[in-house]
Amino acid sequence: MNQNAQRIVNNPKFQELVAKRSAFAWTLSIAMLVIYFGFILLVAFGKSFLGTPIGSGVTTWGIPVGVFTIVSAFILTGIYVYRANGEFDELNRQILEESK
Amino acid sequence: MRAATTRLTAAAAAAAGVLVPAYGYADAIGGAVQKQATNWSAIVMFLIFVLLTLGITFWAARRTKSAKDFYAAGGGITGFQNGLAIAGDYMSAASFLGIAGLVYASGFDGLIYSVGWLVGWPIVLFLIAERLRNLGKYTFADVASYRFQQTPIRTLSACGSLATVTFYLIAQMVGAGKLIQLLFGLDYLVAVIIVGVLMIGYVTFGGMLATTWVQIIKAVMLLSGASFMAFMILAKFGFSPEAMFKAAVELHPKGLAIMSPGALVTDPVSAISLGMALMFGTAGLPHILMRFFTVADAKEARKSVFYATGFIGYFYILTFIIGFGAILMILAPDATGAYPFLTAAPAAGAKAVIANVIGGTNMAAIHTAHAVGGDLFYGFISAVAFATILAVVAGLTLAGASAVSHDLYASVFAKGRANEADEIRVSKITTVAIGILSIVLGIAFENQNVAFMVGLAFVIAASANFPILLMSMFWGKMTTRGAVLGGGLGLISAIVLLVLGPTVWKAVLGNPAAIFPYDNPGLFSITLSFVGIWFFSITDNSAQAQKERKDFEAQYIRSQTGLGAEGASAH
Repeated sequence: MNQNAQRIVNNPKFQELVAKRSAFAWTLSIAMLVIYFGFILLVAFGKSFLGTPIGSGVTTWGIPVGVFTIVSAFILTGIYVYRANGEFDELNRQILEESK
Repeated sequence: MRAATTRLTAAAAAAAGVLVPAYGYADAIGGAVQKQATNWSAIVMFLIFVLLTLGITFWAARRTKSAKDFYAAGGGITGFQNGLAIAGDYMSAASFLGIAGLVYASGFDGLIYSVGWLVGWPIVLFLIAERLRNLGKYTFADVASYRFQQTPIRTLSACGSLATVTFYLIAQMVGAGKLIQLLFGLDYLVAVIIVGVLMIGYVTFGGMLATTWVQIIKAVMLLSGASFMAFMILAKFGFSPEAMFKAAVELHPKGLAIMSPGALVTDPVSAISLGMALMFGTAGLPHILMRFFTVADAKEARKSVFYATGFIGYFYILTFIIGFGAILMILAPDATGAYPFLTAAPAAGAKAVIANVIGGTNMAAIHTAHAVGGDLFYGFISAVAFATILAVVAGLTLAGASAVSHDLYASVFAKGRANEADEIRVSKITTVAIGILSIVLGIAFENQNVAFMVGLAFVIAASANFPILLMSMFWGKMTTRGAVLGGGLGLISAIVLLVLGPTVWKAVLGNPAAIFPYDNPGLFSITLSFVGIWFFSITDNSAQAQKERKDFEAQYIRSQTGLGAEGASAH
């Protein structure tokens, strides 16, 4: 391993970055998995719930639940990019700077 | 017209199979599709698209000199552009026409597919994109083989890539041929050759830069066309989805049932299996992974996924609305009381029959375009469908060509001693070969049931490419032996179980009962691959394995911080 890499490993900020970013990425991944597989299991076992009309109309609960799943994918990516491209990249910049 | 269209319906339920992705819809691409009257407005608009993209290819060719230019567009694509290009690469004619057709026929079930095709993207972002960008150069095998023995891992990754690309390509070529017959009134053979020749042209001369711009233009055309349709449909109902659903329920023979999930997903194993294959397959598609090397750094790579997820999600919501619009346009009489998109008007007092739509359910979106935007817009949407196929096959071809030139030729055959010019030459020769091969396969499979091939491509990507890639980046104890045996197990089990399952063994090969009970082997083959990688790695105590474990730390630092990562080239 070269000297820069050695300095990075020894930098407590690197440990902080990795710990924070990994925890964040895994949390969001699990959130997405729970939402999606929750949706799929509802489709398999909760057909009557998804087919229940909202109020007196014909629109069923399935429509907002499905649209929510799609929109949640977009929102989760947005949350990750916001924090990773801001806070985490700033930390990363400092780490690379200090390793020189 | 009537006689011709009746013939068309009978035969062209055919295209249905290939356009609806994944499993369970593999029953339809049997017979030949009759061609329709030549559609001049569509042809003219498509020619404009071709001229524009050839112009871009000419421009791109002059800027494509180094290997980095050829494979990665010089690394200078912005996150926003790449997001659009990824969307253009991913939104196939299958998703547009197939999902709209599925919504037209079954309502809510279409949404289940849309969701499945989308949810892989956040996973790509959270776990793959930035590490991939930091570690790799041109192909995902760069990353998978980072600290391992090059020959075995590159060979396996190239096999995984080529298998994915080939199956995807066959499905696209056959779909293209049938679709173009329907939309343009051109011969199947002519259609397949046009697609093959244009894709060879884009990729050999313009490389990744031309491919990227073809995908961007296509994405913009498709998104604006679909937006216009959804807008026109909703406008008829004062922008009230409830009013639209209500009208659709009244017209549709299935009535209220179109508002709830049908028989698409029934048992939990199939549900989870399909979900896993779609989700992890997206994260293992070589032509998609390759796109992350076209941007300058990890920051832009993340932005690409954010934009791509937004465009793709938006597009799927549009296709859902368009599917409902199709119910309203096709099953209801027009101002004169006629049913212009049905082969037979319903009897007085009865509801119209879904399957009577001219050209089959995949034409639902196209008819809707005709109804909301007239002849010119109908031509535009037909041209968009053609452009869509071209953009997808160009991306696939480039990914296949780089697996051969960058992984097999430069790393395995020449052991890293090949010069750039040779590598690019091999890549271009491979592009031509893949182009010719796909024309030949497109012709060979014209009358075969190829719908399962898109599903197969996803299962292979999820069972071979994805586990090796993910584990190589996350797990320091992995070794070459574990990767090769585990990934190999995933690749082989995916293919074998799919062939033994109902989609191929029963539906394609005509055996009375399937040997493997599930349509989608994802749950089993993906698990087998991960377990194999784990087991054959932890039992590997060779000196080589020790070295590979020791090398993980340097790889880890680079993957996390981008230290030493590939930058963008100067221009």
